[in-house]
Amino acid sequence: MNASPSLRNRINTVVRDIPRSGIRDFFDIVTTMKDVISLGIGEPDFDTPWHVREATVFALERGATHYSSNLGYIELRRALSKYVAKHFGAEYNPDNEVLVTVGVSEALDLALRALINPGDEVLYHEPCYVSYRATILFAGGKPLAVETKAENGFRLTRAMLEAKCTPKTKVLMLNFPNNPTGAIMSREDLEDIAKFAIEKDLIVITDEIYAELTYDTPHTSIVSIPGLRDRTIFLHGFSKAWAMTGYRLGYACGPAELIDAMMKIHQYTMLCASSLAQKAAIEALTRPEIDVGEMVDEYRRRRNFLASSFKEMGLECHRPLGAFYAFPSVAKFKIPAKEFALKFLHEEKVAIVPGTAFGDCGEGFVRCAYATNLDNIKEAMVRLKRFMATL
Amino acid sequence: MRWKRLPFACLNEVFMDELLKLLQGNALESHANLGKLLNKPAADVSKEIAAYEKTGVIRGYQAVLDEDKLDLDRVTAVIEVKVTPQREGGFNNIATRISKFPEVKSAYLMSGGYDLLLFVEGRNLREVATFVSEHLSPLEGVLSTSTHFMLKTYKRLGVLMQQDSKNERLSVAP
Repeated sequence: MNASPSLRNRINTVVRDIPRSGIRDFFDIVTTMKDVISLGIGEPDFDTPWHVREATVFALERGATHYSSNLGYIELRRALSKYVAKHFGAEYNPDNEVLVTVGVSEALDLALRALINPGDEVLYHEPCYVSYRATILFAGGKPLAVETKAENGFRLTRAMLEAKCTPKTKVLMLNFPNNPTGAIMSREDLEDIAKFAIEKDLIVITDEIYAELTYDTPHTSIVSIPGLRDRTIFLHGFSKAWAMTGYRLGYACGPAELIDAMMKIHQYTMLCASSLAQKAAIEALTRPEIDVGEMVDEYRRRRNFLASSFKEMGLECHRPLGAFYAFPSVAKFKIPAKEFALKFLHEEKVAIVPGTAFGDCGEGFVRCAYATNLDNIKEAMVRLKRFMATL
Repeated sequence: MRWKRLPFACLNEVFMDELLKLLQGNALESHANLGKLLNKPAADVSKEIAAYEKTGVIRGYQAVLDEDKLDLDRVTAVIEVKVTPQREGGFNNIATRISKFPEVKSAYLMSGGYDLLLFVEGRNLREVATFVSEHLSPLEGVLSTSTHFMLKTYKRLGVLMQQDSKNERLSVAP
């Protein structure tokens, strides 16, 4: 429904002028079609591990249906602090350096709003998750997009950042493993970025929601690099590694002053994250290796399958090393990525997402999520090959 | 044959080759696809499978059926058996003798209150009763039996018989 012109004029101009997510547009088309194989879904196809769901039911029975403390249950914050220290290499005090949020999306919004004064610049890399640019704008910041390149494995380099950074730049946002490219950063890559952040006195916000999902090398977090912990807000959550998207549970770790500032916004706008979801998260952390390890093995096999299939049919794709996305180039077909995706959808009933949904520099690429079962992936590859022959 | 240690130790899967895991999930997968999944040539996969078959690690390939959906005249009994181990051969001789009866579909040596656990199939209750009273119990070394009948199968070989309703994921998501 379109608002009448007079009401439209009443809407905040920043909100009014931000376009809807390109993914949403695509979703609207797909929902009108039947029997579509979707490689367009950015969430795990695995069920939430049964012990976690069972613990949720138990928590409900026991009446964990009230507010928790603003920061989140202390039991959960302690477990998170331990988990982050073990897997990411930085210590956070559960009393005042860990904040439980409604997904990483809320945590990101809080972090930006807590830091940004009007006109402050925020460096981030594209192609990136659909919300980054909008979230920066909502917080009153000025987004500075840095384009990562396929020939570089979609990694971020110091030179790229230097070309964009100005004295007004305050924040650097990172997201590795990356949605939509599947890129990761090695420790050496991150050390360069860390040096740059220290030199330019930037606050780093690192969204590491896909950290558990790397396939050839273990994940390295920028917070483990000396000097970075005290200028970084680390964001993570339960959506991807534990397939808990609908629980909407994330968390932020950082120096107490920053977490306290984020907490202020959180307590007035959200009060606390869902108590039931927090109880489920405590359960999830009790035996993380088993659930996560099995899923990672399965994703790795699918990644292998997609990569070999692309190679067989002559579709150029940098090797995805993390998350569950492949980002092949369709530039050789000389049609815009959106047209490629739409045509493929209409002719072969397979949904993929045009790279442009993740930033202008995503032109010429499409995102194929392998968070769907192998039968679907196999069939999608048969159809893709057939479709490419018609172009 | 390559035994690969998984990065995370999990219940029954420590040391299990990834190829075997995939075959347990779907034995009909083509060798070309298995190769793609494991990032190795299809010819290597064929060789490894042939080796597993030759050494008897792979004993066969079967379909997993939801037998409750078939109108079968069949009952399955789960029988606990107490036996006397023999001086030479321990439990193996008696267990092998029992296992050779075609009615016995599975047989396991157990710890605890009894020694052998059998899954026995028959066309009806009487047939199973006859097997127990005329074949099983009279065997030398069998001390006692306790027979239970299976009523319904919820999960078999790791496969849930009743699938949850289709999951409700959005068809495109960020």
